[in-house]
Amino acid sequence: MTRGVHDLGGLPAGPVDLSEHDRTFFDQRVDAMMRLLAHPEHGHYTVDAMRRAIEALPRDDYFGLTYYERWVRAIRQLAIEKGLIGEDELKRKLAALAASGGKT
Amino acid sequence: MRPRFTPGDKVRVHAQEVATHCRTPYYLRGKRGVVARVFGAFPNPEQLAYHKIGVPYQPLYQVTFEYAEVWGRPQRHTVITADIYQHWLESDH
Repeated sequence: MTRGVHDLGGLPAGPVDLSEHDRTFFDQRVDAMMRLLAHPEHGHYTVDAMRRAIEALPRDDYFGLTYYERWVRAIRQLAIEKGLIGEDELKRKLAALAASGGKT
Repeated sequence: MRPRFTPGDKVRVHAQEVATHCRTPYYLRGKRGVVARVFGAFPNPEQLAYHKIGVPYQPLYQVTFEYAEVWGRPQRHTVITADIYQHWLESDH
């Protein structure tokens, strides 16, 4: 059976958490990046590609990550797919960021 | 692509297994419903998801399903509606 990890309609889900919560600064930054990269006219890929990348996450990641952490994974994958940044370049930048204590 | 169906037409969703991206929920595969609205034709999301332009554009329908048809038990006054692209639908006579 090929049922996507995200395709949960009809499966037992337990109680739904209805509590309100604010978007963190991280959430807002990820949201902004996604909207720029998937912009209908000026973007580099579609929201459909975002969905595809998120749906392809391994099960443990899909359920272990937060909503916007899933988005970051998808943005990372699609940016590399589209050649916006290279895997090596990305790793170098992440290492530099970690070395600087997160200051850009 | 021209719309094959009009409101009131009986349709059945393909009981297809796909490993790639699609917008047809698993729980509606193989289910019978009725076309409620025709929204127009849109780029095929199954192609857009892989950086293609999504041609031919696929007509999109709002389809209604009886609760019992979907979940196998009756529930009065409850119907389920979903937006389904034409290539996922076949005529159900």
